[in-house]
Amino acid sequence: MDIDFRKSSHIVKDIILHVIIYALALATIAPFIWMLLTSVKDIGDIFVYPPKWLPSKFHFENYARAFQAAPFGRYYLNSLIVACTVTLGQLITCSMAAYAFARLQFKGRDVLFYIFLGTMMIPYQVTMIPSFMVLYWLGWVDSYQAMIVPGLASAFGTFLLRQFFLTIPKELEEAAYIDGCGKFRVLWQIIIPLSKPALATLAIFTFMGTFNDFIWALIVVNSDHLRTVQLGLAIFRDRYITDWDLLMAGSVMATLPVLIVFFFAQKYFIKGITLSGIKG
Amino acid sequence: MLNKSTRVKKTIINRRDGNGKKNILTALGFLSPTLVIFCAFVLFPVFFSFYLSFHKWNMFSSGREFLGLENYRRLFSDPEFWMVLKNTFIYTLGTVPLNMVIALLTAIILNRRIAGKRFLRTAIFTPVVISPVAAALIWRWIYDPNFGLLNYLMDLVGLPSVNWLNEPKAAMVALIIMGVWKTFGTNMVLFSAGLQGIPDHYYEAAEIDGAGWWSKFWNITMPMLSPTTFFIMIMSMISSFQVFDIVYVLTSGGPLGATKVMVFYIYENAFKFFEMGYASAAAYVFFAILAVLTVLQVKFMQTRAGYEAV
Repeated sequence: MDIDFRKSSHIVKDIILHVIIYALALATIAPFIWMLLTSVKDIGDIFVYPPKWLPSKFHFENYARAFQAAPFGRYYLNSLIVACTVTLGQLITCSMAAYAFARLQFKGRDVLFYIFLGTMMIPYQVTMIPSFMVLYWLGWVDSYQAMIVPGLASAFGTFLLRQFFLTIPKELEEAAYIDGCGKFRVLWQIIIPLSKPALATLAIFTFMGTFNDFIWALIVVNSDHLRTVQLGLAIFRDRYITDWDLLMAGSVMATLPVLIVFFFAQKYFIKGITLSGIKG
Repeated sequence: MLNKSTRVKKTIINRRDGNGKKNILTALGFLSPTLVIFCAFVLFPVFFSFYLSFHKWNMFSSGREFLGLENYRRLFSDPEFWMVLKNTFIYTLGTVPLNMVIALLTAIILNRRIAGKRFLRTAIFTPVVISPVAAALIWRWIYDPNFGLLNYLMDLVGLPSVNWLNEPKAAMVALIIMGVWKTFGTNMVLFSAGLQGIPDHYYEAAEIDGAGWWSKFWNITMPMLSPTTFFIMIMSMISSFQVFDIVYVLTSGGPLGATKVMVFYIYENAFKFFEMGYASAAAYVFFAILAVLTVLQVKFMQTRAGYEAV
C-alpha cells in the first residue's frame, strides 16, 4: 500500500514536471513559429483580431517581395564574407598564439598570457571609440576591412585553444622534432589535426558571433552595399515599419544560417559555453 | 642503448628549444598576428579613451582641447546620464534574477528523466543563438498594441491590453521580458553542467536519511552549485549592463528615454553627436561601475563562504 502510494506520487510528479518543461519550451519557441507563420501571411491575415495562427493561404512570394524592397542578397553576401573571413582568420591567429602560450618557452610568457586574459574583462564600450579612430586613421571606415580586421584576434579563442593544446601529449611532437620538423610544421601537422573539436567550437562561436554582430557594423559602415544582414534588417525596419509580412520574412532570412549551423553543430556550441564558464 | 637514445632526443629538443633571443623571436613569430590586432584594437584603445576622456574632440578636428575633469563634471550633472544609469540598473535587476531562476528551474528539470530532452534543450537554447536584431523585430510584432500576440493572450485571461512599447513603464517591462527570453538558455547550459558535477551518492545518502525534495535542493544542490551560481550571476550582470542591440531595435531607447541604457548613451554621444571625449568619459565611468559591482559581489561571496565555513 505504502509502495503503491509512493509510486503513484512519483508518476504525478513526473507528469507535472513534463507539463512545466514542455510549456516553457513551447513558450520559448512560440515567437519563432509566430515569425515563420507571419512571414507567409497575406496582409489581410496579419491585421486581424483575434490573431490567426495559420495563414488562410501561404504567400511565399513575401520573400521575393522582401528581396525586391531591399538588397537582401547583397546583405547576405556581405554577412557571409565578413563572418567567414573572421572565422578563418581567428582559427589561424588563435591557434598560432595558443601554440606559443602552450608550448614555447620564452621570457615573460605567463605574464603576457595573464594580461591577455585580463583584457577579456574590459567591456567593449571602452575600446569602441578609439578602435573606430584607428580605422579612421587607416582610411578604413566604411569598408570590409573595418568589419573584419578588428575581429581577427581573440583572447577567448586563444585561451580556449591553449587549454586544449595543453591536453595533447608532448611525446607526439618530440618524435616529430627528432624527424627534423620545424615548430610551424609541428603545429600544422600534429597539433591542428588533433584539435578538431576545439577548433570546431571556436569556429562556430566566432561565426555566430560575427554573423549576429550589430553594433560594430552599425558604427563602421555607412554605404548600403556594405551593409550586413543585421544592419540591413534594422534599416529595413525603419522604412517598412508596419509591413509585418516583409519584416518577418527578413527576420527569417537573418536567423536562418545561424539556426542551421546551430542545429547541426549544437554539441560544439554547448561545449564552448561550458568551457567559457570554466574560465571564470 | 635506450639511455643514449633518450639523451640524444633530449639534446635535440634542447637545441631546438635553445634559449634567449631565438626563443623570443620564434614566439613573436607565432604571436605577432594576434599581438598586432590586440595592440591596435584593445591595448591602445584602453589607454587612448582614458586620455580622450579629459579632452574635447569631435574626431574630425586636428586639435584636442584639454578640459581636465570637465567631461566628468558635465556627465555627473547631466540628468540624462542619471536616468540612463537608473534604466540600466532597472534592466539588470529585472533580468538577472528572473533569468537565473528560470534557468535553474529548467536545468533541474532537464537533469531528471524527461522524455524528449534533446528537443527541449534545443528549443530552449534557440533564442540565444539567433540575431538580436531579428529577435527584437519578432517581439515588436508580439508587442503590437492592436494585433500583437501578447495583448491577445492577456485578453484571453481577462487582463486589460497594454500599449507595450509606447508607455514608459510598460516598455521597460517589455524589454526585460525579451531580455530574459533571449538569454536564459546560456545560463541553463551552465547550470546543467554544474548539476552534472554533483556526485549522485550525495543524494543517495540524503535519501537514506529520509531527506525530502526541498531539503535535498537546499542542502545539497544549492551549496554544491554555488560556484556556478556565482559565476552566472556576475556574467549575467555584466552582459545585462552591456545591452544594446535589442534596445536599439525594440524601442530605440524610447518612449521618452524610458529604455535608454548606458551603451545607447555612449553610442549616441560618440557616433551621433561626435563628442568623443565626453563619450569616453561616460565609457570609463561605466567601466568603473561594472568593476566596482564585480568586486563587491566577489567580496560578498567570500565573506558569505567564509561565514559558512565557520
